[in-house]
Amino acid sequence: MAKSIDVSGVDIYYGSFKGVEDVSMTIEPRSVTAFIGPSGCGKSTVLRTLNRMHEVIPGARVEGKVLLDGEDIYGPLVDPVNVRRTIGMVFQKPNPFPTMSIYDNVVAGLKLAGRTRKAYTDEVVERSLRGANLWEEVKGRLTKPGASLSGGQQQRLCIARAIAVEPQVLLMDEPCSALDPISTLAIEDLISQLKERYTIVIVTHNMQQAARVSDRTGFFNLNGVGQPGRLIEMDGTHKIFSNPSNKRTEDYITGRFG
Amino acid sequence: MSEQPTLAGATTPSVTAPAASDISGAAVRPGDRVFRGLALTAGATVLVVMAAIAIFLVYRAVPALRDDTVHFLTFEQWFPDNDPSQFGIAALLYFTLVTSLIGMVIAVPVAIGIALFIAFYAPGRASQAMGYFVDLLAAVPSIVYGLWGFAFLAPHMTGLTRFLDKYFGWVPFFDYRPENNPNNLSPFTAGVVLAIMILPIISSISREVFRQVPRDQVEAALALGATRWEMIRTAVVPFGRAGVLSASILGLGRALGETLAVTLVLSSLYDVNLHITESGGVTFASNIALKYGEAGEIGTGALIASGLCLFLITLAVNFGAGLLIRRQQRER
Amino acid sequence: MSTLQTRTQRPPAPQAPLAGHKLPAYALPVLAAIVLATTALLFATTGFAGVAGFVVVAALLYAIGQTALSFQVEGRRQAANRLFTTLVYVAFVLAAAPLLVITWYTVKEGIGVISKDFLTTSMFRINPERAGGGIYHAIVGTLIQCLLATALAAPLGILAAIYLVEYGGRRPLARAISFFVDVMTGVPSIVAGLFVFTAFILVLGFQKSGFAGSLALFILMLPIVIRSTEEMLKLVPADLREASYALGVPKWRTVVKVVLPTALAGIITGVMLGVARIAGETAPLLLLVGINQRIEFNPFAGRDQQNAQAALPTYIYEQFGVAVGNTGAPAFQRAWGAALVLIVLVGLLNLIARLVARFARVRG
Repeated sequence: MAKSIDVSGVDIYYGSFKGVEDVSMTIEPRSVTAFIGPSGCGKSTVLRTLNRMHEVIPGARVEGKVLLDGEDIYGPLVDPVNVRRTIGMVFQKPNPFPTMSIYDNVVAGLKLAGRTRKAYTDEVVERSLRGANLWEEVKGRLTKPGASLSGGQQQRLCIARAIAVEPQVLLMDEPCSALDPISTLAIEDLISQLKERYTIVIVTHNMQQAARVSDRTGFFNLNGVGQPGRLIEMDGTHKIFSNPSNKRTEDYITGRFG
Repeated sequence: MSEQPTLAGATTPSVTAPAASDISGAAVRPGDRVFRGLALTAGATVLVVMAAIAIFLVYRAVPALRDDTVHFLTFEQWFPDNDPSQFGIAALLYFTLVTSLIGMVIAVPVAIGIALFIAFYAPGRASQAMGYFVDLLAAVPSIVYGLWGFAFLAPHMTGLTRFLDKYFGWVPFFDYRPENNPNNLSPFTAGVVLAIMILPIISSISREVFRQVPRDQVEAALALGATRWEMIRTAVVPFGRAGVLSASILGLGRALGETLAVTLVLSSLYDVNLHITESGGVTFASNIALKYGEAGEIGTGALIASGLCLFLITLAVNFGAGLLIRRQQRER
Repeated sequence: MSTLQTRTQRPPAPQAPLAGHKLPAYALPVLAAIVLATTALLFATTGFAGVAGFVVVAALLYAIGQTALSFQVEGRRQAANRLFTTLVYVAFVLAAAPLLVITWYTVKEGIGVISKDFLTTSMFRINPERAGGGIYHAIVGTLIQCLLATALAAPLGILAAIYLVEYGGRRPLARAISFFVDVMTGVPSIVAGLFVFTAFILVLGFQKSGFAGSLALFILMLPIVIRSTEEMLKLVPADLREASYALGVPKWRTVVKVVLPTALAGIITGVMLGVARIAGETAPLLLLVGINQRIEFNPFAGRDQQNAQAALPTYIYEQFGVAVGNTGAPAFQRAWGAALVLIVLVGLLNLIARLVARFARVRG
């Protein structure tokens, strides 16, 4: 069953530069949480901290605790590889593996784990593609290359690939910003279905999207130029967009800046 | 901007050089024509030189080939100035291919390993320094490699050749008879020296290829929970396969034509011998280096004929690599 | 309407714990120590010997041990990952080792003979079997031959690159030239030497000379200069050219006064790297220049079929031949001394070339 994430006192560094400061939040299981805020204030950085992708950048490090159902993913004995299998990620620009077919793309994560029996993978492919609302469109051409699909379909393929390994949490980093409006709506519909099984965290610079799709919303911002980013306010989406507690949140929502 | 009639003959500024001045004058300035002609001639020199190499070599090889009384492709010995003239490239071909092959078998995996190390394992700033370091191997002149191979490497190969003979002697290559190997100046030693020499070429091109793997592919693999090796298998290998292959072929071309290193490290012997750890051998290049001094009329022609063979072989190899690179660039 | 609910509900897959088992930090160093001890024991008791053998066996044992240990504790995937990491590190050591050994050996063997005399005298009237003499004539010869080759290759190569980048574009002729530049890069130096020998000396009837050697070096250097100049010219932004055209400057002037100066540093780097490549070439010089014991400043002086002009690589080869494999002979020492000087020369060229490139990039 989908898990909850507890972030407490997290500071994120790029080398010696502190990019994000003192983030604490709780992400409820089987819900959609959105991160909003102007560019460069740390939303994507915080997102990447949740599946330990941030440390892939040379010199990057994280201080603080991120608890997945009580277990600290930054604990000394924890392998980041394990974390990433439990917490999946979809990126801004769809990135299916170009040399692999649609079928192979979906099971790429499984193949890495060594689960290659055809009966099993066939079942997983259908389940994942259905879960990503892509099955009907591609079921007749599973052997075609993953790159032959349209942008929106590629992104859904990436979602299918992510859910094929049965993660508990799905992180989405501006999944629709490279897509056209119709594909965007399709993905938003998909997100509302996916939240029945997964905990979802989505970064978006589109406030209306956050309002449509999420249950809770966190607003990030910088205190000043050159300052680290901070979580200004996190609350139910409805409250954030109608009656935020923090003035700066209100300024952003109403378009006074950013 | 309001509508305005344009002057007849007026040109709008464009990206390419202005085709005509909007005041009367030659359509193409004489300065441009001369310069372009110069540049074109310079470029055409490349084609002229390549053609000239082929033509002249053939021109002087043919008379010698006609004087040859044995089959050029299957005869092993080299006595062109004898009466009757007898020479063939069987031994040359064999040893050229064997030494280069040994070089490739050793160099390619190591070069790929180095390239992967610098691209994905070395800490950021160190990786550039390490790149320069490996490239320094290319700066050592080939004659120094030959000198070193003769003076240092060959004497130190004894332990290895004995080991190979003892434990792998059932493979005909590694078996050796001590009376045939007094000094380790063998195709195997030559192959090792060649491997060190072609390492930097293969590794620097492979490094470039790995550097260009799109970041989002790497991240996609990592986000699925791949270990570093699995990420390389999934995202890097499919992307870099063609580039690494053409790098290897370029390395092969270099190994085939290497002269001095092989000449100093391979003691001259014209019998085809499967036992690569035994001393003796001769390649196209080393044969020319050894025999040019005492070659008579036919002898010189024979050497030119062998040089023509080497030219054709390396031509084919570099042709292949060039085509591969271009096909890969087009697919991208 | 959830499409997920139309399928039968599958029980959630059992979750692997996040905190897997990891090898503790001390495990691998302890393993290394054990392996070293075991190998030493092995070598003491059996007939194995040699430093290289020791290193190889120890490395092999370590790799096996690490993989087995990791497989037990961390699982198959981590074991495979660690094994591959070890292999990659080994590859790097395999590349670093020869370079270090060659450098050390050259310095060790060559430094003894280097002296002011060595660098400023030739081998004129020196008994080759005895000590004495120097490489001044060889240095002179190499410098002159390289200079001549550069004088031919640099302008021709730069012009050819200008054609490819500024005029040729996608035209078939340009594509053919570009293709054959790549092919030309792979022409073996001995073939280039053989060609010049055939054309210049046999057919045209000239004698061996430093100039003939320069011709072969020119053939080897040309494709390098063309390729690197091409890369540099392509780096010059299009707006620079456009700005010039918009001022009414004709194309040829734009290339000469705007594009070339911008790319100049990179072009110089390419030329220097080309020189570094040909400075160490021996094979064509053997065929075309011969060996001379005396200083000869005139590259066009063709003597008899043998002795035209000295050069560092041929000097090394000749001294090596005189020593007849006797590593103690004075000729051998001289060969190493010359080799050291040659390496230093080539190394300096490489270094300066890269510094020029770095300096130019900073200036933008």
